[in-house]
Amino acid sequence: MTAIHPSTSPLSIHDMTVAYQGRPVLWDIDYDSPAGKLVAIVGPNGAGKSTLIKAVLELIPRTDGDIRFFGKTYQQQRSRIGYVPQRTSVDWDFPVNALDVVAMGLYRQIGWFRPVSKRYRQQALAALERVGLAEFAGRQISELSGGQQQRVFLARALVQNADLYLMDEPFAGVDAATERAIVELLRELRSAGKTALVVHHDLQTVAEYFDEVLLLNMRLVASGPVEQAFTTENLRRTYGGKLALLDQVGHRMRHPNVILP
Amino acid sequence: MLTTRLAQHGMHEFVWIAGLFDPTESVHAPYMAYNTRIVLLGTLLLGMCSGIVGTFMLLRKKALVGDVASHAALPGIGIAYLAVESVAPGAGKSLPWLLAGASLSAACGVIVTNLIQRTRLIKEDAALGIVLSLFFGAGIVLLTIIQGMKTGSAAGLGDFIFGKAAAMTAMDVTLIATASAVVLVVCFVLFKEFAVLCFDEEYAAALGWPVKRLDLLLTGLVVGVTVIGMQSVGLLLVVALLIIPPTAARFWSNRLGPMVLIAGAIGGASSSIGVLLSATITQLAAGPIIVLVGSFAFGFSLLFGTVRGTFWQLWRQRTASRRKGQLDLLRACYEELERNLSPDEFVRDDSTHEIPDLTVYPIKQEAIIAARAWSPGRVAELLRSAILEGWLRQDSNGQLRLTHSGTRLAARAVRNHRLWELYLIHYAEVAPSRVDREADLIEHVLEPGLIDQLEKLLEKDRRGSVPASPH
Repeated sequence: MTAIHPSTSPLSIHDMTVAYQGRPVLWDIDYDSPAGKLVAIVGPNGAGKSTLIKAVLELIPRTDGDIRFFGKTYQQQRSRIGYVPQRTSVDWDFPVNALDVVAMGLYRQIGWFRPVSKRYRQQALAALERVGLAEFAGRQISELSGGQQQRVFLARALVQNADLYLMDEPFAGVDAATERAIVELLRELRSAGKTALVVHHDLQTVAEYFDEVLLLNMRLVASGPVEQAFTTENLRRTYGGKLALLDQVGHRMRHPNVILP
Repeated sequence: MLTTRLAQHGMHEFVWIAGLFDPTESVHAPYMAYNTRIVLLGTLLLGMCSGIVGTFMLLRKKALVGDVASHAALPGIGIAYLAVESVAPGAGKSLPWLLAGASLSAACGVIVTNLIQRTRLIKEDAALGIVLSLFFGAGIVLLTIIQGMKTGSAAGLGDFIFGKAAAMTAMDVTLIATASAVVLVVCFVLFKEFAVLCFDEEYAAALGWPVKRLDLLLTGLVVGVTVIGMQSVGLLLVVALLIIPPTAARFWSNRLGPMVLIAGAIGGASSSIGVLLSATITQLAAGPIIVLVGSFAFGFSLLFGTVRGTFWQLWRQRTASRRKGQLDLLRACYEELERNLSPDEFVRDDSTHEIPDLTVYPIKQEAIIAARAWSPGRVAELLRSAILEGWLRQDSNGQLRLTHSGTRLAARAVRNHRLWELYLIHYAEVAPSRVDREADLIEHVLEPGLIDQLEKLLEKDRRGSVPASPH
């Protein structure tokens, strides 16, 4: 049963089980992410998508399992991993501006006790430029739209210049412009050889945006390249066959070049 | 008599007001005069520190931890007194021991609250309330027992409940100054660490910051400030020093750095003003006055704070609404002229985007009233303000005309409006008959960058600098 995990994989999850107060949320996950690919983590509500990300980042305790990033432990590789939490996880009324938030991505690099110097502020500004928000650098974060807030979070991860990005629902509740900007950015990351695992809830766009897919419902249902793993059959196994949407997605899979209006 | 009656009704706090607290004690006029500077320095430092630490706790949504800490400190004071008294009779009121006891039991209270909250069996506020009253009740029982003992006067312990800034000694101030220095240095050095902890704890943990230890340190600072502040403001009111200054400061700034400084300043200022007031007006204890001054500062900030104050917000809203009215009026003027003039007269040049010269044509007020669903009164008022701004003028025949600046503004508003209308028609799949109303709402929030984007999107539809109305 023990799988062989290549040491170069950006993220190797070996037999991971996570339980909340005795109730198992993730069962025996065994997964190796490919390098330089965009991977969608897909599954119904409560399938443990966010839990998966938080557990590999050691934000919540694992019951069992071994995680390797590029063949080493998380502590050894922290600087190579960028995390984009759900936008709703923070209070956007906090007294900081967009640039301050992005600069937080550099705090580890800056180190204990030191203030954010001009050099780092410029790096943060460059990251904001990459997500198209340079002119909003000085804006208080509650005055940004939901999509702009999401892009600030992305910039905060980008500024780390990581090799693996873990993103929790970056497309949730964003406007069309932000969605395009994020897709653009993901492709940019991929062409720079980086890997991104993205929790994604919109089945319609999986094939268009991502190379690989990880279908999750408390256990790992299927994973692999979109054209192999993202099948109607696998989706039915993931969602329990209750989705009327499945047929639409099946249609979408057969006509992948039709761009939705 | 009164005290027992109140106690029977469970109103412990009032028992202490009636029984232990003697307002005349807090004012010994000659002593104050001699001591005022020391007291002033002590409370100033204390106010600053609590404002600064309070800012982080408030942003961490844990402002009431200070309240738990202060109430939970009381049994520690009683126990420390009894312990020291049993070893060395008569030395029970030695301040360092009392404070040590207070800190320990305050820390216990906070830890117990955390443990209860972690079980998730009851709500957070309920956990706070339960621990707070449990410890306070135990403290009151202990103090009542101590008061009944024959081992010397224990009345001074009551000062921890209501505070007695005036009795501060040089030694107290040294203690406060040392503690303040520690608090200030820690907050200054760990500013960005505390900031990321308060804003996004999970992200901080993912980046490898020891969030649990940072949290512990911050809580420790709060417990420290609380325990030291109890002497001067009293444990019932010390939480006000932690909450009021940062809440007030938020109305003056949108950045954490300035907010911390302003909170420190408000805390320091209200503390020292409170002490000065209580020193000049007899019969008033410093603690409550400090809190009242702080509340006044809060009220003032709530109304007049430059960033979030109600007054400025109303003023900005009013300005924005008047501006919108004025632009609507100018747009109505422009469209009125456009309707009545032949295309030849209404020159539009595609190559240079020249704005037509509309200053030569008179505009009828009735036509404006008819064009918009506005009351004549509203139109008259808007006209008056537009004339004052120099966008419209009355000519020698008493008729209205656009000025050059008014024409420019009107053309821009019309262009904005129509671009938006076109956008909605083409891209948002809104029925064209519904567009006008929605566009009226949104055109005033368009940003220049977005307008450029729209222009690119709508290049095809464009005829001259002002696209034709799609209606």
